[in-house]
Amino acid sequence: MAETMMLGNQAVARGLWEAGCRFVSSYPGTPSTEITEYVSEYPEVYAEWAPNEKVAVEAAVGASVAGARAFSGMKHVGLNVAADPIFTAAYTGVSAGLVVAVADDQGMHSSQNEQDSRHYARAAKLPMLEPSDSAECLDFARRAFDLSEAHDTPVLLRLSTRVSHSQSRVTPSERQERERRPYQKDAGKYVMVPAAARVRHAAVETRLTALTEVAETSAFNTVERHDKRIGVVAAGIAYQTAREALGEKASYFKLGMIWPLPEASLRAFAAEVDTLFVIEELDDFIETHCRKLGLAVQGKALFSPLGEYTAEQVRAVILGTEAPAQTPAAIPGRPPVLCPGCPHRGLFHVLHKMKLTVTGDIGCYTLGASPPLSAIDLCICMGASVSSLHGFVQVRPEMAGQTVAVIGDSTFFHSGITGLINMVYNKSHGTVLILDNAITGMTGHQQNPATGLTLQGVPTHKLDIEALCRAVGVGRVRVLDPHDLAEMEAALREELAAPEPSVIVARRPCVLLPYVKRETPLAIDGPNCRGCRACMNIGCPAIRTDGRVMTIDRSLCVGCGLCARLCRFGAIHPEGEQKA
Amino acid sequence: MKNLLIAGVGGQGSLLASRILGAVYLSVGMDVKVSEVHGMSQRGGSVITYVRAGDKVASPLIPEGETELLIALEQLEALRWMSHVRPGGAVVMSTQIILPMPVITGQTAYPENIADAVCGCGLQTYVVQAHDIAVGLSDTRVSNVVLLGAASRLVGFAPEVWDDALRVAVKPRFLEINRQAFALGRAALEAEG
Ligand code: SF4
Ligand code: SF4
Repeated sequence: MAETMMLGNQAVARGLWEAGCRFVSSYPGTPSTEITEYVSEYPEVYAEWAPNEKVAVEAAVGASVAGARAFSGMKHVGLNVAADPIFTAAYTGVSAGLVVAVADDQGMHSSQNEQDSRHYARAAKLPMLEPSDSAECLDFARRAFDLSEAHDTPVLLRLSTRVSHSQSRVTPSERQERERRPYQKDAGKYVMVPAAARVRHAAVETRLTALTEVAETSAFNTVERHDKRIGVVAAGIAYQTAREALGEKASYFKLGMIWPLPEASLRAFAAEVDTLFVIEELDDFIETHCRKLGLAVQGKALFSPLGEYTAEQVRAVILGTEAPAQTPAAIPGRPPVLCPGCPHRGLFHVLHKMKLTVTGDIGCYTLGASPPLSAIDLCICMGASVSSLHGFVQVRPEMAGQTVAVIGDSTFFHSGITGLINMVYNKSHGTVLILDNAITGMTGHQQNPATGLTLQGVPTHKLDIEALCRAVGVGRVRVLDPHDLAEMEAALREELAAPEPSVIVARRPCVLLPYVKRETPLAIDGPNCRGCRACMNIGCPAIRTDGRVMTIDRSLCVGCGLCARLCRFGAIHPEGEQKA
Repeated sequence: MKNLLIAGVGGQGSLLASRILGAVYLSVGMDVKVSEVHGMSQRGGSVITYVRAGDKVASPLIPEGETELLIALEQLEALRWMSHVRPGGAVVMSTQIILPMPVITGQTAYPENIADAVCGCGLQTYVVQAHDIAVGLSDTRVSNVVLLGAASRLVGFAPEVWDDALRVAVKPRFLEINRQAFALGRAALEAEG
């Protein structure tokens, strides 16, 4: 195939396809999602969405042991969920190659924290590769499988928002088809009871020594010699930033393999340059290692542990150039908001109006936390809404009647269901609102167990959320349309008064789904509008104030009708139906 | 090095515009990197994408003050990013206004006379009624390509190169409308310049 442009994630997908990978199981998470979406387009690869990252990695381990090259992709916080199987898969090793990609999000473009996944490689004693552009995404993904098989180890592939979500040139090649490896029962290797695990731990330590040798000699790590007064050790996007900033004014030790680190080569490079800098975003992972080797390096004393680096910052710190002045003008910010017509908006309006305390979760509906809805009190991680509601209400039983959890459909399957089991089992009070918008919204519309379609859009069993909640022991389950504000409020009052766990499924599809029909936009008739601003309280971006009266931007409005329900003066109508 | 910055609001299609530009530079044999925005900021937030082309591109991000051409799909976003344009650089901006939530809720005001402010800061500025032109084509979604058509006058390259790039980046069933949008945008800037 000729040279082309590919997104980093697309190139990872291509790389694993070329490597003959046959099995992929992932859970969507920005910025990792597109790897699995692109791979689902290759018919030679079985690809699926799993309910969460732990399930996905365990499935991939099973596939590897069964003899097929296997892959799982996730974002950094997803790696926390998958950590349990990964730490032990490090002991069992693999049969056919096993690769796990993790995409970090420096700068928190779409994440609740900024964790540095490199620590997992060290903690689990696994090799980790880090590409710095799309060409390397393809190449490293492919070679990760070879490394995995050569050293009987899962391999971690670390990405970042800027590598996953930028396009650059790649030259794809053909797929290397691979037969499945023969399956051989081997309890000593694959059944991690203590007696076997003790043996395997020794194997892991031996393997780490062998992998250090790989780091010393492999082409993953390269030295680029220019001016030797400044030496830079960097990997991934930080390497590109440093290269941009310093050009040929520095020599580079570019790490493609970031664990284990090549000790002798780093020492040799340090000896070649006058001053050695480690440029790495987030934690002092490489720097700490260099210090352990006794190398005099400069790192976090000069650079922040926060966010992404810019070339200007690097230039300012290392070359002493003047850092550019910050933009002075106070320009209004533009935070993300729920889309016009979003099904969650009505529900949040009711929660806000009733002044309820709300434990929240991860998804589009987290945007219900911003003004004017301001309807979320707590948001930690996937599934935490339900479990933290339980803890909150146990400690403050007097607030049980005014505290609810909100969680999306996909998030509920990911890890909300276990929290609900806990609530029932431990005789909690509290109402859980499941916001079923018939898709995984925030990450860009992935199918999930309740949509009735697989990753490839093939019809499958459709999970019945109500039946599931009843099955775990919730006695009070009801389904409502979140746009039916009055009924939603009445139902909430009833459920909150009940001395037992209850579930309300707020069901209405995401307005961006192609089958959701857009209604005629609404308009506000000036003479009837009293400027009471009641309609503004739902925070729809299509409504704006035009001096005294309100207007609706017809290019944004999808005609959901929610604002009309809030207008006590009947001033909002479908376009063309104004009284005037 | 060519450094182009596309500023807009989530949902306006800056991603497609950046992909078309990427395809243009790739086809003329340059090294190119395009940074894209996915996820949270897509929900009506500020969206910024970079297109960089040259002999060898390192970072996908444009260092501050090195942008040559700012393509702004919305007025406030033009104002927000114009300080990133280097002296002597150019701005192609749409007249479209999309109010951010803090303005809607009355916490802050939308600045007035943005086009004048951008024009007055010493950059070559071209103001295009991209949204109105798209409304004229009965598809507001193509205002991004209208603006790109206008910007293509400043970027250079033969019309065929752009047409090929459109074919690479746009789904076949939307190709025709995007071609029309592109042509109208190109004509609009000709009228200006
Ligand atoms: S993508 Fe769908 S669920 Fe998410 S904010 Fe928009 S309308 Fe709501
Ligand atoms: S009908 Fe009202 S609430 Fe719904 S999208 Fe239009 S302006 Fe927004």
